[in-house]
Amino acid sequence: MAELSRRDFMKAAVYFIGGLVGVSVGLPSIAYLIDPALDGATKEAWIPIGKLADMTEINRPYPFSFTRVQVNGWERTATSHGGFVIRKSEDPNDLLIINSRCTHLACTVNWVEDERVFACPCHDASFDAQGAVLDGPPPRPLDRYAEFRVSEAGVLEIFYKEG
Amino acid sequence: MWKKIFAWLEERLGLNDLQKSLLERPEPKGNWWNTLGSASLFLFILQGFTGIFLTVYYTPSPDHAYDSVQYIMSGVAFGWLVRGIHHWGATLMVIVVFIHMLRVFATASFKYPRELTWIIGVGLLVATLGMGFTGYLLPWNQRAYWATTVGTQIAGTVPLIGEFILKTLRGGPDLSALTLQRFFAGHIWMLPLVLAGLIGAHLYLIIRHGESHWPKKED
Repeated sequence: MAELSRRDFMKAAVYFIGGLVGVSVGLPSIAYLIDPALDGATKEAWIPIGKLADMTEINRPYPFSFTRVQVNGWERTATSHGGFVIRKSEDPNDLLIINSRCTHLACTVNWVEDERVFACPCHDASFDAQGAVLDGPPPRPLDRYAEFRVSEAGVLEIFYKEG
Repeated sequence: MWKKIFAWLEERLGLNDLQKSLLERPEPKGNWWNTLGSASLFLFILQGFTGIFLTVYYTPSPDHAYDSVQYIMSGVAFGWLVRGIHHWGATLMVIVVFIHMLRVFATASFKYPRELTWIIGVGLLVATLGMGFTGYLLPWNQRAYWATTVGTQIAGTVPLIGEFILKTLRGGPDLSALTLQRFFAGHIWMLPLVLAGLIGAHLYLIIRHGESHWPKKED
């Protein structure tokens, strides 16, 4: 092996140490930048929406609403959600729970008792009592809260999953 | 293959000449005290990079400044590292720049033909201190708030135009959202621009005149 000159040694040492410093700062910097994109935690919860004993009539939509708080960075944002509970029979488990968020552009639909439809005020869409599209631009029926349970105290709870 | 590409580029860019005049220029006998200028330059670049990274999350508003800094420190991966480097780098930069000035003074390197290099260096020192002063307010915590209150108050003691200076610095008679915003603008745009310009001139003069030799007994 050829003799390593002092100058070449210094050069190699500078490149080596410089590279080490660069990597040990560069890699964390990338992690720092992409960190918010890596937060994959989905938030889910059972949300109480009312006593089942208060929803006695069959085939009548009972409105409910709840608020979820999201934390993005240091900022907390509250978002309102809502929907309707419809009893299809006397059976306490025979429920249809509809999300009142219009599937077109996320406006909130209202129940119109006279016509027995859910009407969206934004683009004149209407859905039938089961949530199926009757008229207007929505691409699919109203979403449903498929998972629900009734607690021991008789409170109806729905399973909510964020995202 | 690489040689061909390199030769093609070299013919057009002349990087070899640049390297010879910038990095392989003759130096007087090496001395560690002579490296402080390069150390200052390195710290400036480091502060630039970490500062740019901090602005990804930092928000210069009284409502969000404190919370966004807390978020950088505990919410973001390696946020503590980026801010830590910026925080300690700032302190180190003031120290290094100051010792650099002392060395130039002690070795009388400011004499002919390097007077302009020295004068520009004074501007660099002032701008560096300005970076420290404006950056100190940005976390918007109690220490930052009161340090700036006192600092701007001191600026306000200048005879005749004191009140005008104080109001200009604060963007009004009191410390407010305007103060935070203008300190931020000064910290990330104006002062760095001034520093970069002065550094360019400083480096040009150093390359033009070469470094002064260490004074001997006869000097």
